[in-house]
Amino acid sequence: MIDWGSIFSNAAVELISPTTAAYALAALGLAVHFGYTGLLNFGQAGFMAIGAYGYAISVLTFGFPVWGAVLVGIGASIVFALILGIPTLRLRADYLAIVTIAAAEIVRLLFTTNTFVAVTGSANGLSEYKGGFRALNPLSFEGKAGFGPWMFSANDWWNIIVGWSVVILAVLFTWLLMRSPWGRVIKGIREDEDAVRALGKNVYSYKMQSLIIGGVFGTLAGMIFIMPRAVIPSAYATSLTFFIWAILLLGGAATILGPVLGSIVFWVLLSFFSGFIARAVEAGWFPISEVQAGQLRFILVGVAIMLLVIFRPQGLLGNKKEMSFVK
Amino acid sequence: MAEAGSTGTDSEEYEYFFLGNVQYEDEPLEGVEITVEGGGFKASAETDADGKWRIGVPEKASYKVTLDEDTLPKGVIVAEDEENPRTAEFGLTNTKSVNFFLGEGTRQTVSFFDQLLNRLANGVNFGLLLALAAIGLSLIYGTTGLSNFAHSEMITFGALMLLTFSSDLGFPVWIAIIIALLLSLGLGWSLDGVIWKPLRRRGVGVIQLMIVSIGLSLAMRYTYQFFYGGATRQLPGASPADLQLGPISLSWIDLVSMGVSVVVLLGVAFLLMRTRIGKATRAVADNASLAATSGIDVDRVIRIVWVLGAGLAGLSGILWAYYRPGVSWDMGFQILLLVFAAVTLGGLGTAFGALIGSLIVGIFVELSTLWLPSDMKFVSALVVLILVLLFRPQGILGRRERIG
Amino acid sequence: MSSETTPTSKPVKSTGLHLGDAEPGCRKVDPILVADGVTRTFGGLTAVDVAHVEIPRGAITALIGPNGAGKTTFFNLLTGFDKPDSGTWQFDGRSLAHVPAYRVARMGLIRTFQLTKSLGLLSVLDNMKLGAKDQTGENLFRSLLPFLWRKQEQQIEAKAVELLTRFKLDAKQHDYAASLSGGQRKLLEMARALMSDPTLVMLDEPMAGVNPALTQSLLDHILDLKTQGMTVLFVEHDMHMVRHIADWVVVMAEGRIVAEGDPHSVMQDQAVIDAYLGAHHDTDLGAAHTSNVEAVKELIDDEQ
Repeated sequence: MIDWGSIFSNAAVELISPTTAAYALAALGLAVHFGYTGLLNFGQAGFMAIGAYGYAISVLTFGFPVWGAVLVGIGASIVFALILGIPTLRLRADYLAIVTIAAAEIVRLLFTTNTFVAVTGSANGLSEYKGGFRALNPLSFEGKAGFGPWMFSANDWWNIIVGWSVVILAVLFTWLLMRSPWGRVIKGIREDEDAVRALGKNVYSYKMQSLIIGGVFGTLAGMIFIMPRAVIPSAYATSLTFFIWAILLLGGAATILGPVLGSIVFWVLLSFFSGFIARAVEAGWFPISEVQAGQLRFILVGVAIMLLVIFRPQGLLGNKKEMSFVK
Repeated sequence: MAEAGSTGTDSEEYEYFFLGNVQYEDEPLEGVEITVEGGGFKASAETDADGKWRIGVPEKASYKVTLDEDTLPKGVIVAEDEENPRTAEFGLTNTKSVNFFLGEGTRQTVSFFDQLLNRLANGVNFGLLLALAAIGLSLIYGTTGLSNFAHSEMITFGALMLLTFSSDLGFPVWIAIIIALLLSLGLGWSLDGVIWKPLRRRGVGVIQLMIVSIGLSLAMRYTYQFFYGGATRQLPGASPADLQLGPISLSWIDLVSMGVSVVVLLGVAFLLMRTRIGKATRAVADNASLAATSGIDVDRVIRIVWVLGAGLAGLSGILWAYYRPGVSWDMGFQILLLVFAAVTLGGLGTAFGALIGSLIVGIFVELSTLWLPSDMKFVSALVVLILVLLFRPQGILGRRERIG
Repeated sequence: MSSETTPTSKPVKSTGLHLGDAEPGCRKVDPILVADGVTRTFGGLTAVDVAHVEIPRGAITALIGPNGAGKTTFFNLLTGFDKPDSGTWQFDGRSLAHVPAYRVARMGLIRTFQLTKSLGLLSVLDNMKLGAKDQTGENLFRSLLPFLWRKQEQQIEAKAVELLTRFKLDAKQHDYAASLSGGQRKLLEMARALMSDPTLVMLDEPMAGVNPALTQSLLDHILDLKTQGMTVLFVEHDMHMVRHIADWVVVMAEGRIVAEGDPHSVMQDQAVIDAYLGAHHDTDLGAAHTSNVEAVKELIDDEQ
């Protein structure tokens, strides 16, 4: 029969997992881009890949310490944002969408190609970069600790603590920004950039700043993402970006806590759903294979994106009036 | 799964491996490059000091394994009766060893100029099939303002239907092609009827529509994988022997493919320029409200554009299946960005720009393999897209006002 | 509105603005804006071809002309929202060629739009605050430290509330701008433009789509701007309004300046009458639509 206990406890683990934190942070970056500025970034997976590889390559190839590797990742994502923004931020919104999605694919293909295998590990990716980060862990206990379903090793707890701390800092940072006059300009650009331009604001520069901030959030998310796993280039495919969009739309695009709530709800529900389907298939409830059960989640996410955009564009936390879609 | 979204508890590395041992006269050879390709996945590895290599793959499916003869020492080739590349499949275990026997001999080398001509011919073929999809995308964009990310699934649909009716249901290929095309037209009709027309009625904005199309793309793509699996399957009679036309070697399928593309593209051009519906389409593309006040049934025009666009995409998918070769669930998605690049290069919303953009992208992708490793060939086309936006954002045939 | 400065029945007209005859391109005593040889073509169609024009300082100038005369395009060119094919133009003696729109605005030349651009999902008050110049808190790094900008923010808010009171929008200050009526949005846009203390205010069809009940109040506000020492240039169709408030009228047709003069004499000008009677009222030369017009015409031909 179905082991409901393990389905629920697996779902509960997702509530605080570092992966949930990583997706929340990447979605917060998209909220800055899309929800507040109106920029259509479909290359958030590219920013995450740059964070992941920037960190791992800095550590493995150049032997940088943790802080150095983090700075390299952030620097690389600022350069990436500039490359994306300079040609497109003067153009109509959908050009940025096409260019960001293309650029993210370029990044992934460059990390996948065999040409740079010595540095990137090609399709097999990279691992063994976690030593420096784990050495900073003040927790030192053997085995697992915690309570209820949340029994983790010292390294897992360290990933969770650092991951969610970064998310909290990013939330505070975004909150400060969005209630300041800077945030007012950004929101004005989302509504009508010509009007803001006519009031003497350098719209291009503000859009670039927004692109960089959201991109750096994506990059930090990429670093949190790789702490509990290895760096595999296929993880940074376009569907990663689409997952983050689903989370953003679920939580509410023009809200600060929406992306965090969206990520938690998304992962808990997805884990619950996947766990249920997988075990129901084992129990022979559905005439499908386990591989097919794994694919159902992608179909579900796709349908969820469509339904959310059509029927609840403001998301869970958004104000019905301040829904994010203006044009 | 080759896609993202795996949680910490899922598999972190690939579970399935190809491995092998490259030796020549009992001496291990180091630095020989092996490539594994299939189902949209591609990876390479070099042999280590012991001559061993190992490549992880995402699916327990059949893959094409290639040994790059250029990386062998001088005077050594893969033995003549050995297949290279060869198709390898997993047995009961999660590993599969693939070994190539080497022999003495010299590689057949092709002169650079001949390679150039060959790549050019392939590029034209590829560009023409991209153009079929790109014109549909461009017409849909022109008439509705929608950047349709689900176009890739309309491409895949044609190939999957052909596979179903020819390989699975045993129809002759030409009948299966006709059925696949008719079903593609029907797909366009029903997508507009079920999703896009109601959304237009609700007055949903173009950005929202674009995100809906992204969700639709994801849902459709994995629905295909759900029913057809992750493996790449071959169409009956695909990859026949090449014919030599002077220095250029193409198969008869390549020639037919180019011929079909040219005829269909001319037909679309005639439709747009000379027929009533074509003129109505252009009028709607230029200014829908003005067209409506001139008595044009805008909804009907858009419906026809969707049907036509889906039919062209389905045909493009069939040709793409022969070009790759093979049919897989995400084959359309593999070229979606190239189609977008083509449309953007030519100028968003201009049908003839889409044709020129496609030819440029197709030729560029093929020619770039002369200098770049083949797993980077799509990179060059996407880089060109960004460069063009930098210097001529309106596209090659676009008007400056359109980007305003 | 501040009634002591507002002449409601018969506004005081500024006179003696020009030198020599009142002909197209004539010199002004004290021009604030001077344009020379400004041209803009769209796909072979000339939308704007202005040889020379001067806008008098401290007066209300109306830019009139039939549909498709190029008035809005000329506005866009002057304010940096579009780039001309050729030409030079100065504002207060400083060249504006190749100056981006936001810099033009910072120089004190503020414009409004034909289709109102109120920022719908910002509150009315936030709309106003956005108009203020030189805000410390609009810098990314300083915005994170509220104590650096809080004081300035309070001053801006006080000014915004004062202006909103003058424009009778203070009761709506916490509502989303999207909830305002068309006329109220026009008022908001004008009030927002005043937040930056501009020297030249350019209004693109300030009366279009405004409820007649609000028309008089809008007119009074425009006259108010002049009393406060600002220069006004506006595009308008309503001849009654032009006659009522404008000190000087510039007439455009087919991209050119065809007549200039005070409102009463310019209405008698033969060139103006020709321009209005001879104009194609049905086709807007909005340039980008020409091929569409072609396609529609072909279609109509097929029908017959």
